[in-house]
Amino acid sequence: MPEFDPDLEKALAQLERDLANLFAPEQPEDSPAAPAVDMSVDLAGMTMKNPVVVASGTFGFGREYGEFYDLSELGGICAKGLTLHRREGNPAPRIAETPMGILNSVGLQNPGVDAFITEELPFLRQYDVKVIANISGSTPEEYGIMCEKLGSAGVDMIEVNISCPNVKAGGLAYGTRPELAAEVTRMAKSHAGNVPVMVKLSPNVTDVTEIARAVEGAGADALSLINTIRGMRIDVNTRRPILKMNTGGLSGPAVLPVAVRMVWEVANAVKLPILGMGGVSSGEDAAQLMLAGATAVAVGTACFADPFAPLKVRDGLAELAVRQGLSSVSQLTGGVKPW
Amino acid sequence: MKVERNCKIVHKTQMGGAIFMVLEAGDMVRASWKGPGQFVHIKCGDSLLLRRPISVASCQEDYPHDLVTIVFEVRGAGTAWLAERKLGETLDVLGLLGNGFPMRPEGRYLLVGGGIGVPPLWGCAQYTNGRSTAILGFRSKEKAIMLDLFREDCAKTLIATDDGSLGCHGFVDALVRQELEQDRNYDAVLACGPRPMLKNVAKAAKEFGVPCKVSMEERMGCGVGACLVCACDMKDGSRKHVCKDGPVFDAEEVDWDA
Repeated sequence: MPEFDPDLEKALAQLERDLANLFAPEQPEDSPAAPAVDMSVDLAGMTMKNPVVVASGTFGFGREYGEFYDLSELGGICAKGLTLHRREGNPAPRIAETPMGILNSVGLQNPGVDAFITEELPFLRQYDVKVIANISGSTPEEYGIMCEKLGSAGVDMIEVNISCPNVKAGGLAYGTRPELAAEVTRMAKSHAGNVPVMVKLSPNVTDVTEIARAVEGAGADALSLINTIRGMRIDVNTRRPILKMNTGGLSGPAVLPVAVRMVWEVANAVKLPILGMGGVSSGEDAAQLMLAGATAVAVGTACFADPFAPLKVRDGLAELAVRQGLSSVSQLTGGVKPW
Repeated sequence: MKVERNCKIVHKTQMGGAIFMVLEAGDMVRASWKGPGQFVHIKCGDSLLLRRPISVASCQEDYPHDLVTIVFEVRGAGTAWLAERKLGETLDVLGLLGNGFPMRPEGRYLLVGGGIGVPPLWGCAQYTNGRSTAILGFRSKEKAIMLDLFREDCAKTLIATDDGSLGCHGFVDALVRQELEQDRNYDAVLACGPRPMLKNVAKAAKEFGVPCKVSMEERMGCGVGACLVCACDMKDGSRKHVCKDGPVFDAEEVDWDA
């Protein structure tokens, strides 16, 4: 039996790492030299080391992409959307590729808020990253119960998804009626304790500013937008929609201009800070949303093709800020000069 | 640990409507091999947003580069792009993903493949070093692939075609029954192919009391278990995910009527 030699073990481990690095494609470094620009942002009192968040539903609870890089590199993580009870979601197929986009109809598959608090939150808490829980309810009371649980469990922020149908109001989506959106916001705020509440707006409305104003009036601390845009794709040979649910939510680069427009409209209509999202896959995309009025940005669909997309967006944003001679990336926010 | 690697195409052959490609994959096999039956997720050009999941036909640790063999059919824009890549070109590959077939190298398995579901079973054949039996089904003689490779790595290789142009006229489940009637001394039936085939093979294996593992397919997004789109209905009412929980499932846990 050869004796254990710590030096040899160390040397072997180093060799293994060197070998792995040899094969790794060019990736953003785990801890890049401090950029010449201040990347930190403040979203409704929540300070993030950089403005890049990963969007709910595209990043699970972080475990999968945590295999590729240190999650502490991110500004924040919007966890997979939670419901009060476990949900299995919709039947497959749940995804269809479209020109520069994807449609999805996952249907909020999740383990339920209690399982998140006991199984997933402790994992996320190992990292130096802001944890944003995303919740959906089918009654205002469900939103209240979930906020209560998450507030005492200690997440950094609660993102309220108002795109789901309200059972009590006959299945009307909360996010499409100002009075319903306001009701849910009030309920969330009154149960979330000190945890800031961010309301995620649906783009599937005639006037997004109407909903934004209602939510602001009801006491929301921040807004996030845009959720996915309803869409459909049909297989012309079988004449069947690709998605088993027939329709789904569009995301990806195709929706970026819609997101930029809506963030701009909302930023002009309310005073709340905005987490902008929709089709971001580069630093420049993120900068557009920030110029339109976003304080921070979320990267979502881009992760599917490139797990490292959020880090590339962060680095691209830093480079852009340096190039433009900014001392802080937050100087981009609202900086658009409309004609 | 799953990795993203730029993989060079070092071998490419056309075979019976499918393309056989060997990739130099850096340390991918060393970093993430779990068993035969895993898959890789390949970026297919800039205009397609999603990667394409392709099953690993065979792979091996090697120095300086591990080798990963994929065999695929052109089915859409992604695989068409992939088929046009030339020797020496580089592919952006995530791998190795998913769980393979649970196997013992000293075991003996009945490997059942249909169409483009045949390739991953080659790795299973190699893993058991000539002890396993293969039953391969194709639409026709022209569509048959990898026969020589299976004959070399299996104790016995049986063929079925839908039109009878090669081997037995009919489907693989008939051959599975025929084989198990003579010899049910297999550790398990391992199957990969279209869903109706898997359902029938699972039924045949159950009739003979032989365990059956199936490799499922579903439209996929991230490939690593984050986006939850590739749902597979389970008998207990839950929905598991092909990319992370699979692609191999126990045939008994799958809800075949979903």
